[in-house]
Amino acid sequence: MAKLNINIGNLEFKNPVMTASGTFGYGVEFADFIDLNRLGGFIVKGTTLHHREGNPYPRMAEVPMGMLNAVGLQNKGIDYFIDNIYPQLKGYDSNVIINVSGSTIEDYVATAEKCNELDKIPAIELNISCPNVKEGGMAFGTSCQSAEAVVSAVRKAYNKTLIVKLSPNVSDIASIAKAAEFAGADSVSLINTLLGMAVNAETQKPLLSTITGGMSGAAVKPIALRMVWQVYNAVKIPIVGLGGIMNATDAIEFLLCGATAVQLGTANFIDPQITVKVVDGINEYLDRHGYKDVNEIIGALKINN
Amino acid sequence: MKKTILNLRVVSKEYPGSNYVLLKLTTIDDSPLPIMQPGQFAELKVENSPNTFLRRPISINFVDLEKNQVWFLIQMIGDGTRKLGDLIEGDLLNVILPLGNKFTTDLKPGSKVLLVGGGVGTAPMLYLGAVLKQNSINVSFLLGARDKEALLQLDIFAKYGDLYTTTEDGSHGEKGYVVDHSILNKEEFDFIYTCGPKPMMMAISKYADQKNIECEVSLENKMACGFGVCLCCVENTKEGHKCVCSEGPVFNLKKLLWQN
Repeated sequence: MAKLNINIGNLEFKNPVMTASGTFGYGVEFADFIDLNRLGGFIVKGTTLHHREGNPYPRMAEVPMGMLNAVGLQNKGIDYFIDNIYPQLKGYDSNVIINVSGSTIEDYVATAEKCNELDKIPAIELNISCPNVKEGGMAFGTSCQSAEAVVSAVRKAYNKTLIVKLSPNVSDIASIAKAAEFAGADSVSLINTLLGMAVNAETQKPLLSTITGGMSGAAVKPIALRMVWQVYNAVKIPIVGLGGIMNATDAIEFLLCGATAVQLGTANFIDPQITVKVVDGINEYLDRHGYKDVNEIIGALKINN
Repeated sequence: MKKTILNLRVVSKEYPGSNYVLLKLTTIDDSPLPIMQPGQFAELKVENSPNTFLRRPISINFVDLEKNQVWFLIQMIGDGTRKLGDLIEGDLLNVILPLGNKFTTDLKPGSKVLLVGGGVGTAPMLYLGAVLKQNSINVSFLLGARDKEALLQLDIFAKYGDLYTTTEDGSHGEKGYVVDHSILNKEEFDFIYTCGPKPMMMAISKYADQKNIECEVSLENKMACGFGVCLCCVENTKEGHKCVCSEGPVFNLKKLLWQN
């Protein structure tokens, strides 16, 4: 059994497997299926300062090897989380991380300040990349200036581990990652969903109420791998890789391309036990290849030989 | 109710109508099936279908406790459901169940209820009728379809209650839609349950509302996960967006924002 522990900033994870925000509820929804304590961490759904009803139905379209969603950050707000969900999560021996979303810098900061007070929440993931909200969201993650502005502001208000979730809907993700690093992020996670669209030719209507939505699932993995590799070559802070990971082999590919940890997202819908299977699969791979420590394969992609 | 992921074995496969398949499944080790309630559903894994990324939500058609079998009635409309229809006796099917809430079944014994189903929406009405009958409730089924070939499992329905049918072409029962059936004017009911195409459910809901009859509807909004985490299948209700998969699929009509 190889050593699976990894670090992101000062925060230690028992293994590199986490869950992607918006695909894992508050974690407790999976308690029937897996032992949540076996996860390196789990990232609970996008949380905003105030309650959000999200977008109208329909919010989902299945596409080959993936899906589009247009949920639009439906959540009951940070105060609801603190009063009703946090007490249920305090007892888990895993890093519970809140995905913080917002429409304005002030919202992000106010939510992050509240998260800072929660003893058992050792990190937040700052979502500057949601493609499904009208204002804010992805807008912060598509220019270096705005990314730097929001990360700097949150950095001042939040003194624990700060992960910044990046949008792939940009021309140069490495420069955005560098802006986040410069502004004080401890880590970047990527990729959020890719902006996409689905149409019903018979009815001549879009399949989503918002017309466009965020694409995820197996189909996006090559794009995600490419972006992780580009960002790995551009920043010094650890990377959390996600996008289309469906099994342990996919997860290992992300580690080889430079991710220190991975998140499983859409795969949770198809196999709610996939996270623990990926932990076991990474361990099996390390043993089979004679590695003693998962850190040995991070960024170990062999080029030109 | 604990949700489980398990492999079930196909015991038998029947074709109750053109384009429909009925799979009867049991556990691989003869252990008892999880307890399932009328109105609940399962998420079925589709193998070897490149265009099918997600599981398929399928309602529980019937639970045969004696034989330890669960039945799924599947309308083969796309690649995924057709692939499910290709399963043969002895094949394994990975399922997540039981999912969702349930129909109200603890009514006063002797209550008179009407179960209205249309198309493949008749599927959950069978198990519901069986459980209601067991609870000494007086069950009537009103089932509608395009034609008589699309009226499914009638002989089994007849075991659990009075049976009324409509077809659009008049090939079985009264000609027209379920909401036009004469039984609705002849009899008084204490409770109505409905599942099927939305226009049908809305028409039945209007009837229930006018007559001031309690009514539960089962929705089938498009979903990705089936257990309340993706938030894709929401129905806008008087209490805001509710997940059909975890806070439904059964909703009391009074909670919905349908125009009556």
